[in-house]
Amino acid sequence: MNKITSPRTKAYRFICTIILILLALMFLFPLYWIVTGAFKPGADIWSVKPVWWPSEWTMQNFENLLNKRSSPLFEITIPFSRYFTESGKNIVLFQGPTAPAAYRWLINTVFMAVAAMILTCITATFAGYALAKKRFRGRGILFGLIVCAMALPKQVILIPLLKEISFLELYDNIWAVIFPTVGWPFGVFLMKQFSESIPGEILESSRIDGASELKTFTTIVVPMVKPGIGALAIFTFINSWNDYFLQLLMLTSNANFTLPLGIATLQGETSVDMGLLMAGAALSALPIIIVFLIFQKYFTKGITMGAVKG
Amino acid sequence: MANGANHKLSRTLQRREDATGYLFMLPSLIFFVGFVIIPMFICIFMSLTNANMHASKEVSFIGLQNFVKLAKDKEFLAALKNTFIIVLVSVPVVCLFSLWVASVIYNYNGFALSAFRCIFYLPVVTGSVAVTAVWKWMYDNYSGIFNIVLKETGIIEKNINWLGNSDYALWCIILILLTTSVGQPIVLYVSALGNVDQTLVEAAKVDGATDTQVFWRIKWAQMMPTTLYILVITTINSFQCFALIQLLTKGGAGTNTVMYYIYYTAFKLTEQTGHFGYANAMGVVLAIFIGLLSAVQFKLAQEK
Repeated sequence: MNKITSPRTKAYRFICTIILILLALMFLFPLYWIVTGAFKPGADIWSVKPVWWPSEWTMQNFENLLNKRSSPLFEITIPFSRYFTESGKNIVLFQGPTAPAAYRWLINTVFMAVAAMILTCITATFAGYALAKKRFRGRGILFGLIVCAMALPKQVILIPLLKEISFLELYDNIWAVIFPTVGWPFGVFLMKQFSESIPGEILESSRIDGASELKTFTTIVVPMVKPGIGALAIFTFINSWNDYFLQLLMLTSNANFTLPLGIATLQGETSVDMGLLMAGAALSALPIIIVFLIFQKYFTKGITMGAVKG
Repeated sequence: MANGANHKLSRTLQRREDATGYLFMLPSLIFFVGFVIIPMFICIFMSLTNANMHASKEVSFIGLQNFVKLAKDKEFLAALKNTFIIVLVSVPVVCLFSLWVASVIYNYNGFALSAFRCIFYLPVVTGSVAVTAVWKWMYDNYSGIFNIVLKETGIIEKNINWLGNSDYALWCIILILLTTSVGQPIVLYVSALGNVDQTLVEAAKVDGATDTQVFWRIKWAQMMPTTLYILVITTINSFQCFALIQLLTKGGAGTNTVMYYIYYTAFKLTEQTGHFGYANAMGVVLAIFIGLLSAVQFKLAQEK
């Protein structure tokens, strides 16, 4: 029987592979189009014949993009000093040199993604461990609430969130994007899944040895859930980098934009200059793709752990 | 978990567990309650009022009036219909497509497997803004690659305004959404295939089952929890399709969705009295629909 089915299976597999490779090329095409488009001269961009490869590689699109807007590279302000100034703005203690706004956006985006990542990892590791291993009252309800909240689209709560952020006087401040990201309960859910696998005996023996709760946590729990923290870190980094909606909602001034938001704004202004658009797309996508490729392994692990039934 | 799972803890021990449990939860709870739970309750409350963006206007409690108005709002009903088209098309397509891709690449060796997995994941990582930017160009009326190639090959004679024509626009958006949705399900299915009980597969093969039978009767059945999870996340993901619409069509050409309409009502219809309350009412309706749909999916998967 095997002799009869084997050539057919082989042929089937061969056809599948061909289709798969074609599909993969289709999935790669937009990315290819961004990268080549970013370096194409205007004539290629506007050509009515297909131009599959730039006739000449030019930096013009990037120059146009960088010259479009400018802002100080960084600013250090005194928090809450706006209550004492006439303009209602914080006193700027130190201002970096004026540079193309895109550089500032890059700095903002990296700061936002890193801050969201660190805060999420810390809070979620604590909470995930408690949910998995501590038998406190009300944890069932709490966990149910977390699962339900994960299904809720952010757009549903956009107005209350905005009101709250303005109440906290964080509107148009990068922290207004960071805090709601940290509040999103996926991290807690993921870390609970990872913490489930810690054997109770080890925790028990550490307790009998007289270690405090915090000591048990730092010396036993954290090392054991390290792969989970890695997965969560890369997950949060990429998600917050690409969370265009929240950025659109919370940030309004040029100097506070993130890279995706800045690019999207340029897209609205210059809907005709496709070369510039591609340069922007390349700038916002490439850093995150590189990060993804480096930490790919953790990422896969994080995705699959989230699916294990809890 | 290992001990004391079934018998009650003594009172002092329980109190200690409560104290440490909530202390460990505290940092996370501050953010979760502050930025998710409280806004959720404010949302429900505001949906019963005629609140506005400008605080100067008077706010009053108007009961269920917003919901009554929604049921008659043609634009909202159209947006609701589009949202459901997007979900009902993309969820099964994403599920079957990723199942097929996963079952093919699962047989490959390590490098090819992770290469393909990576490629299908890339559109997710690229980010919605960069992805929409390039698709906007590809769909472009004059310089878009689709029109150029279709014209070169003689399939069409006149350029098609993909995103401006209500016959195509929604489908164009669904296509982009599909490319950005299959990455995660593929990763999940590959790992689920790896967890299938091989002894069952071997036993069935000995009994003379064909590959197709083995796949549907054994592997598919064992992957049911994964499928359920994929259904739920894809549904949520499809409901959240906002950036594509905001950046490509601004809800024009018959592509309005509830997501976008909420945003539009909240921030573009600022002159209309009670627009904040109205937008919140939409949010509540949407949350109810998502809840119902997830519940149905759970029910269906459990029956199988």
